This record gives sequence, structure tokens and C-alpha cells, in this order.
Amino acid sequence: MSSKDNWKIWEIFIRSRNGLSHKHVGSLHAPDAEMAIKNARDVYTRRSEGVSIWVVPSEAITASSPDEAEPLFTPSDDKVYRHPTFYEIPDEVGHM
Amino acid sequence: MTKEMNLEERFQAYVDGENKVEPKDWMPEKYRKTLIRQISQHAHSEVVGMLPEANWITRAPSLRRKVALLAKVQDEAGHGLYLYSAAETLGADRMDMVDDLLTGKAKYSSIFNYPTPTWADIGAIGWLVDGAAIANQVMLCRTSYGPYSRAMVRICKEESFHQRQGYEILMTLAQGTPEQKQMAQDALNRWWWPSLMMFGPTDDNSPNSAQSMKWKIKRKSNDELRQEFIDKTIPQAEYLGLSVPDPDLKWNEERGHYDFGTIDWEEFYQVIKGNGKCNKQRLRARQEAHAKGEWVREAANAYAEKQAVRKAKEGSAA
Amino acid sequence: MKAQLLEYTLRLGDNALILGQRLGEWCGHGPILEQDIALSNIALDQLGQARMLMQYAAEQKGGDFTEDKVAFLRPETEYHNCLLVELENGDWGRTIVRQFLFDTYNYFFYSALLSSADNRLQEIAQKAIKEITYHAQWSAEWLIRLGDGTEESHQRVQRSLNDLWEWTGELFSMDAVDEALLAEGIAVNLAEIKVQWDQKVNEILSLATLKRPEDAWMQSGGKQGEHSEYLGYVLAVMQHLPRMYPEATW
Ligand SMILES: [Fe+2]
Ligand SMILES: [Fe+2]
Ligand SMILES: [Fe+2]
Repeated sequence: MSSKDNWKIWEIFIRSRNGLSHKHVGSLHAPDAEMAIKNARDVYTRRSEGVSIWVVPSEAITASSPDEAEPLFTPSDDKVYRHPTFYEIPDEVGHM
Repeated sequence: MTKEMNLEERFQAYVDGENKVEPKDWMPEKYRKTLIRQISQHAHSEVVGMLPEANWITRAPSLRRKVALLAKVQDEAGHGLYLYSAAETLGADRMDMVDDLLTGKAKYSSIFNYPTPTWADIGAIGWLVDGAAIANQVMLCRTSYGPYSRAMVRICKEESFHQRQGYEILMTLAQGTPEQKQMAQDALNRWWWPSLMMFGPTDDNSPNSAQSMKWKIKRKSNDELRQEFIDKTIPQAEYLGLSVPDPDLKWNEERGHYDFGTIDWEEFYQVIKGNGKCNKQRLRARQEAHAKGEWVREAANAYAEKQAVRKAKEGSAA
Repeated sequence: MKAQLLEYTLRLGDNALILGQRLGEWCGHGPILEQDIALSNIALDQLGQARMLMQYAAEQKGGDFTEDKVAFLRPETEYHNCLLVELENGDWGRTIVRQFLFDTYNYFFYSALLSSADNRLQEIAQKAIKEITYHAQWSAEWLIRLGDGTEESHQRVQRSLNDLWEWTGELFSMDAVDEALLAEGIAVNLAEIKVQWDQKVNEILSLATLKRPEDAWMQSGGKQGEHSEYLGYVLAVMQHLPRMYPEATW
């Protein structure tokens, strides 16, 4: 396999309409960012799925490790006071 | 050893709980290997599968049919791409996978080694081949590996028009001139049995299936999927006024399913071995496209590198 | 006037149709999946434009003419596309060069057609210009990439450019049909387009480190129905089913 013709991988994020965040939709290959955008348009928005595209080289992404998932994400599980249902407001007050 | 066992048990329990496995999660090496093999084969099938239909784009008999077919075949390229991407999340490299296809090391769905001699074959492919593929893919939307399942959801959304455009082609032919109707019937005769073979060997001859089912990579057995497909397709054939080339086919009230004749598995294994009418033609087409594209891919990389250097220089000068 | 408007519509329609047909040949054979998809998109745009124009032509012809009857059932000499679009695809580089030369022309042409006095053409231009703007960007970027890529890619596209140059003159030659419709405010003034095209082509060629070929003999005749040998084969493939079963609908 010659690597000279191997295009690098880009992760593609698409905003489906204004008001929503960009969402990861998949990846593709391209030699540079300009072409990655064009490829993303042709590959991932053929059915008008998007109004804005982000492309990020896959190698630039640092992911949290699943081994650390417990320390990273469980501590917030018991912080129930962050959720509105933790507080009791009488019905007469109305929606709050 | 015990720790490894432990992990495998935990993994199985996790999968049994209908949880999705994501790329960086721990997984048994065999699970990863099975997935890479299955997903890359699936990707190859999408890409090779473009060829029997693509050769009719220039010959499509109306502009409406031409754009629909081109859009459909283009979608298949997209499906190949989504699937290669899913396999890449497991650490496989697309170029290596493509090399395996081009050197004959990797397999792809045998159905695409059958020829498309007439326009009616394009209808039959959309209706039957995409139909069979959809049955399989709908099941795979629930597969345990997250990226594979997400690719499948996307693919299934796009597939819905493929089968409809195929059926519409056949419907037009079936309601057309006597020659057109004959063309449609001949195509159904050609594609019926190969479509049933798409679901793979019978369950008692499918040794790898059990493990895949256990890991919830596969969610239904080959025979189950085949039966579902037949039950769904027969009324559609009847509506067209075409007859399915199986004298043993009949509704079984007791089972609530159609009974059908014996599949010619000898033919199936011959085509897998490379003896279909188009095996060599299909592979050669992919090899040529890849070889003729090499200087293009290389040039694009070379240009990207030059541009990066130029930008870096501009940056340091400023 | 009526006959001239029809011929003018067919010229535009046939450019889109024959180029779409040519690009359709690439599907399944591109250098990489991403580009297979990209080129199919451009082919689909061309065919979409062809359909709008064929429908308009069918209306002008009246009777029981349909877009397909117009698109599929004419003899070679009644196709009015420019010669450039009927030439064979060659390698990816040649397809890119042909696309760049044509897209750039098409971009300025359709920009001008936006102010055509003919309502339908003006509407069609409004829809098409968005697509064509993208095509022109896409093929210019690819030309730069290949021209300024490797030694091999540079040589390949320079050769294709030299080869295809003689087919570009026709794009800008005004004949009686152009003149008559220009006087009505319907047609595009090709002399004006030529100035814009020259400027853009020079700019992109220089970025691509490619040499603009000398203007020498230019081929012509496609617009008037005098074609190269290539069109016959394109049509043989495209027309064979409707011709074989003239009674059938598809
Ligand atoms: Fe597909
Ligand atoms: Fe491939
Ligand atoms: Fe499909």
C-alpha cells in the first residue's frame, strides 16, 4: 500500500438548521480542509440535511477514555440539586 | 486469564442489556475482527454493487429514469463510504480494506456478479436486491456496535427510494407493451433465486452466525430474514402480474408463511468461488478505477502539503 | 424568431444533456468514493438543467412533444450542443480540464442569462446559476490542485489543456441565431462573456502553474449541428431503447 495516495480522515459535524448545534454525522477522506468541506457537502448533505459544516482532522480530536467514564460522569449523578424536580413548589404558584 | 474472562463476561452482560458498544470501549478481539470483516465486506458490496446498475445510467430510457438511477447509484457510493468509515472507527484503514477487495482477499455480496442484460434488470435489482438488502439493513440498525448501527440508520433512510424506483420501473414495464412485459418477467426469473441467496446459507450451514447473534451483531437468522422477504415480496409480484419462478411456492396456512422450493446452493458457492458471469469484470472495473485514480489522489496530497508549507511561511512572516 | 428561440433553447439543453451523459459514465469509476459522489452530483445538476430546458423546448414545439421525445429522438445533426461537451472523458485530469473550461463559460453565460428578456430562460437561469457557481468553483479548485500537484499531474493536465483548447473557440462565436435573439434582449452577448472568461481562465491557470495554449485554429459547428465523431456514439448509447421500442413508455 502506498501511503502517498492515502487521504487523511476528517470528522464531519453538521448544523441541520439554524438554532441547533453542529452534530457529528460521520467521517470521510480528504487531502485538505477545503476539499473536506466540499466532500462533506456532497456526501452528507445530499438531501438538504445541513446549513453549516465543520470539518476536523480525526487526529486532532482527543477523546476521554471509557475507563475513566465512571470518575468522569458518575459524580454528577447524585447532584440532584442541579435538577428542577429537587425543589418543591406548591401547585398554586403555577408553572415555574 | 481470569481477568480477561471477567471482561468478556461483563461485555456479554453489557450487550445482553441492549447497550451499544462504542469505538473506545473494551471489546473482545474477536468481536472487533468479526465486525471489521463484516462491515468492510458490506462496504465492498455497496461499491461493487454500483457497477451492474451504473452501466445503465447512459442507457436509461427517459430523463426521469436517468436522474433517479444516477442518484440511486450515487447513494450506494455513499453507503460504501459510511461503512468504510464505521470500520475505520475500529482501527481498520480504508486503503487496506480496498486492497483486500482488489486482491481478491475480501469478499463482497455475490449478487453483483450477475449481469444486467436488459433495462428490466434495473427494475428487478431495485425491487428485489435492494429489497433483500433493506431487510438485512433494517435488522442491522439495532446491531450492538454503535457506529455500524448509526451508519445503518442513515443508509436505511436513503434506501427507501431505491426499492420504490425499482418497483416503479417494473410496474411500468408490466403495464406496457407485450415485449416490455416479457422483459420484466425475464428479469424476475433471473433475479428471484439469486435474491434469496443474498441472505446466505441456511441456518444449519451457517457456523459463524451463532456467535454474531450472541454478540447482537446480527439480530435475526438467515432463514428468518429470507422468509420475511419472501412473505413480503410475493404479493408485490402478484400485483405486477408477474410470476415467481418457483413451482413449489405456495401459502402455508398453518405456518402463516409461504413455502418455497429448494435453493440451488451449488450455484451460490460457484459464484462465490469466482465463477459468476461477471466476477472478473466487476473486480477488474474496481482495480482499474483504483489504479487510474492513484496519480489523482497523490497529486491532491502533494498540493495539500505545498499549501500547508506556504501557509506556515505566511504565518511566520506576518 | 420562434424557430430561433427553439434552437437557442436546444443549444443550452443539449449542452447540459450531453455533458450530463458524459459525466454519468464516470459513476462507479471515480478515483476515490468521495469524488465519485462529487462528480455524480454535478452530472445530476446538468441533467436537471437539461430537463427544464427540454420541457421548455417541448412546449415550444407543441403537439405531443415531451421532454423525452425532444431529448432522445432527434438525429445527430439536430443536436445543438457545443463540441467541447461531447468529447470523450479521458482520464480524471482531462475531465477536470473540460469541466473547468465549460463551467467557467457556463458561469458567465448563465449570469448574463439572468437578465434575459425571455421569462422562461430567465427563470431557468435563476435555478441553474446556483449549481453552476458551485461547479465552477469545484473544477477550478481541482485544476489548481492537479496543475500544482505532482510532476505527473502537472504534465497530464497541461497536455489535456493543450488538447482541448481548439474546442473552446466555438463557445464564443456568434451566429445568426445569437445575433437575432441578442437584438431582442433574449440571448447572451458572447463577446462580453469572452472577456470575462479570458480573465478568469488566466487567473486560474496561473494559480495552477499551467501555460495558456496559443490561440490557433478553433473548431466549430456543434451549435449548428455539425458534430465530431464522438456524438454519434453518445447518442447510440443514449437513444437505443427509445429507438428500439418506439411505441413504449418507460
Ligand atoms: Fe446501499
Ligand atoms: Fe472499494
Ligand atoms: Fe440501495
